[in-house]
Amino acid sequence: MKLCRVLGNVVATAKHPVYEGQRLLIVQPIEPSGEAKGASFLAVDWAQAGPGDRVLVMSEGNGVRQVVQMGSQVPVRSLIVGIVDEVDVEVERGEAERGEVKAR
Amino acid sequence: MYLGRVIGTVVASNKCEGLEGIKLLVVQPLDDDGQPTRGTEVAVDTVRAGTGDHVYLVGSREAALALEESFVPVDAAIVGIVDQVDAPARKGPAP
Repeated sequence: MKLCRVLGNVVATAKHPVYEGQRLLIVQPIEPSGEAKGASFLAVDWAQAGPGDRVLVMSEGNGVRQVVQMGSQVPVRSLIVGIVDEVDVEVERGEAERGEVKAR
Repeated sequence: MYLGRVIGTVVASNKCEGLEGIKLLVVQPLDDDGQPTRGTEVAVDTVRAGTGDHVYLVGSREAALALEESFVPVDAAIVGIVDQVDAPARKGPAP
């Protein structure tokens, strides 16, 4: 999965039926420190996330189909599967100083 | 899934089975800030998009699932025409 921050959402009326009634959010991949890394992309929300939330995004179709249970013809690849409360990561900062990144 | 802008069309008369009668459009993948994220690609259209439309796409194997016929050899499919992009939590330009 990818750690991402929700930037906002996309509104589209003309769309594939599977996307009907789904929230399509814009997610920005981030490092544990919170630093943005890589291009933003889109994910269907399955965790009631909102702008500014840090989320877990799964980008694998088979997993998506098992979660959404909408049959086999589901052209969805990325799904928000959780809202992150805390990330604790040991950061390699050279031998002398070993710090932990506590990202809120 | 990702955003994109339709910039043209492709016509290919000699192509794999399953691709007949399916519109092929040239798309520039974009981020939410409208910046290109990589080179252009060719995608199948499932929502009657046209040149100039702001769209969103699904890639990889899931693109084939956007078409009725089962398993057409495609890895990018336009599955929505974007009316609006709201990114209130974006601070400053794309990284």
